[in-house]
Amino acid sequence: MDFTFDSEQNDLREAVRGLLARAYSDSEQRRKVVANDPGFDEKTWARLAEMGLLGLPFAEEHGGMGAGPIEVAIVAEEIGRVIAPEPFIEAVVLAGGLIAAVGTDEQKGELLAAIAEGTTVPAFAHAETGTRWSASASAVTATRSGDGWTLSGAKEPVPTGARADVLVVSAVVDGGTGLFLVQGDAAGLTRTGYRTHDGTRAAAVRFDGTPATPLGTGGDQTAAIERALAEARIAYSHEAIGAMDTALRTTAEYLKTRKQFGVTLNRFQALTFRAADMYVSLELARSAALWASMVQDAGGDVVSAADRARLQTSRAGRHIGKEAIQLHGGIGVTAEYSVGHYTSRLTAIDHLLGDGDFAAARLARTVGEQATVDPLGAPYAV
Amino acid sequence: MRLQLSPELEAFREEMRTFFTTQVPQEIRDKVAAHRHVSKEEYVEAQRALNAAGLAVPHWPVEWGGKDWTPLQRHIWREEMQLAGVPEPLAFNTSMIGPVIAAFGNQEQKERFLAKTANLDIWWCQGFSEPDAGSDLASLRTTAVRDGDDWVVNGQKTWTTLGQHADWIFCLVRTDPTAEKKQRGISMLVFPMDTPGVTLRPIELIDGGFEVNEVFFEDVRVPAENLIGEENRGWDYAKFLLGNERVGIARVGATKKMLAQAKDFAREITVDGRPLLEDPFMARRIAEVENELVALELTALRVVANSADGKPHPASSVLKLKGSELQQAATELLVDIAGPLSIASFAEEGSDVPDWARVATPHYLNYRKVSIYGGSNEVQRTIIAGTILGL
Repeated sequence: MDFTFDSEQNDLREAVRGLLARAYSDSEQRRKVVANDPGFDEKTWARLAEMGLLGLPFAEEHGGMGAGPIEVAIVAEEIGRVIAPEPFIEAVVLAGGLIAAVGTDEQKGELLAAIAEGTTVPAFAHAETGTRWSASASAVTATRSGDGWTLSGAKEPVPTGARADVLVVSAVVDGGTGLFLVQGDAAGLTRTGYRTHDGTRAAAVRFDGTPATPLGTGGDQTAAIERALAEARIAYSHEAIGAMDTALRTTAEYLKTRKQFGVTLNRFQALTFRAADMYVSLELARSAALWASMVQDAGGDVVSAADRARLQTSRAGRHIGKEAIQLHGGIGVTAEYSVGHYTSRLTAIDHLLGDGDFAAARLARTVGEQATVDPLGAPYAV
Repeated sequence: MRLQLSPELEAFREEMRTFFTTQVPQEIRDKVAAHRHVSKEEYVEAQRALNAAGLAVPHWPVEWGGKDWTPLQRHIWREEMQLAGVPEPLAFNTSMIGPVIAAFGNQEQKERFLAKTANLDIWWCQGFSEPDAGSDLASLRTTAVRDGDDWVVNGQKTWTTLGQHADWIFCLVRTDPTAEKKQRGISMLVFPMDTPGVTLRPIELIDGGFEVNEVFFEDVRVPAENLIGEENRGWDYAKFLLGNERVGIARVGATKKMLAQAKDFAREITVDGRPLLEDPFMARRIAEVENELVALELTALRVVANSADGKPHPASSVLKLKGSELQQAATELLVDIAGPLSIASFAEEGSDVPDWARVATPHYLNYRKVSIYGGSNEVQRTIIAGTILGL
């Protein structure tokens, strides 16, 4: 049991932090970037590719770095620290992760290298308007058409859905859920992009007899989707940790400088105690997120670990996000000031792949199965 | 970053588990698990069993019976002890005055006290808080005035836990009322509880039990050799001692055990023919507390790994704060699971209410103390805001 990063991991953190600090040295820069499509900075994306981060978790034979969940966690936390709008988790961890998990060798060889180089941005088209946070699909159906397949139906909201060069789409097939690749310029594909409250982009994606290629060897992929969602939930937990860390530090700085009644706000215990509670929330959430990545690294039950991390970071994210604004006062709700954007991003993270209530309900279903939970034992450490 | 314990630590954990579950009498451990009153004799028996195996004071200097363990080993030792329902070695002896004497006492004091303290041959109690000195401990008013070869002590202490069992008391007293800073005029004295002029008055708590006391001193003569360390340095020793008190205060193992009980009891109670544990709201409530407890345990592991120099990590305040909240949440769960049975606290023979439901509310009421003792949670928030956030 060891919670410390090795020197290479520390170097990675410094490098990513340096790159992102230059790209987003203040919140004005982020505001400018997210004001225009595609909602992130293509130049920064290219720099992330140069550093190897867009292929971080992929095998070296597919143009990746062959790094593990801990490295992904480090990058995700640094992204959260400045709430960089680049879709690292959406494109690399989730869509890329699915291609790496179920793709054929040929698909992996072709797509993963292009993702790693930054030339192909993939997106996972999975969410549907009539349901939420499921591992299966219901609103898009795959139909055999000659030698190939076509998709019909709709997915929404799809993060980065309009900008994506290729879509990984979940669709009903033979009563199960299959995964398909759809090119951005495919016939019968309509994408309507829009801004999301946190400054990023999502899209309504409609398929009307759209040609599609099965990802991998076909068949039901519900288990692979569940696993990929779990890994992305863990990565989002780390992004949330980075965002909460900045929100808390910004708030503490503000309390030390802002004066009312002739004194700085840190003279008011009603405020400093609340900041202390934010720190408690953050540190417990950080422990849970780090642990979930270690479980993933160790080959343990990643779905359950992701639920635990998500529950803890969701509760912490809401607590810290709301208090960060309240302790600032009016300036916290302005678009000009940074802290409200952190709260907005934390709120988006919470709802992309499942919030705290969702995770708690899932954990509750198995709560009676074990007398005690041992985070260092089965099913987490194997 | 690595999740698994090393094979050596796995073996260590197994060794601890085996010892605690086989070498400490089952009936004592059952009482702890059932939150029933543990007698003085049972505390002594349990601690002597640990001490005989070198497991009562592993955090002391090796010279005085300690083990040269890593913080992680100490954590595992404590967790397994709590999970097994072993009464923990008396904190006043092993976490408080023992380490203070080992660090600041003279050789004669070490030889006189340490072995007996580890073996619970001497039962110590703590004379710190006073009626007007709680969180603001440094404002204490009990005085010690030098008279020949003695100190003469006058004043009053309170919240003296298990003082009714105690042989000796370690006491903070004001020896220099003229000191510029109130912290500077305090010394630490130790003396037997049967010294003439010492009177103990038990305080009944809301659970009907007696575990704390008021202690009155009227012209108590204490030999000068019973001063620990230097005169007027008592505040330093108190801070050292309270830092030790905070380590291990998260009590994760004990709360885990309560949650395991909550699950069992929620299976025993049925609502409309279905076990309460299957009620989605109850299941979710347990799951939420359990998840926070996992996060707390992991945080404790992070903190112990970072406190290799023996000093408490500032984040240990997080452990105290959240640890106490979760202990209280678990006791509250047990009361709520017991439902109407929870009012039968003092039922005796002839009642069908199960034992766990009888003790649930007194335990819950008693555990309001855990967010107050060892530095109240408000004191911990002050530490976090000041030391960590710089506010």
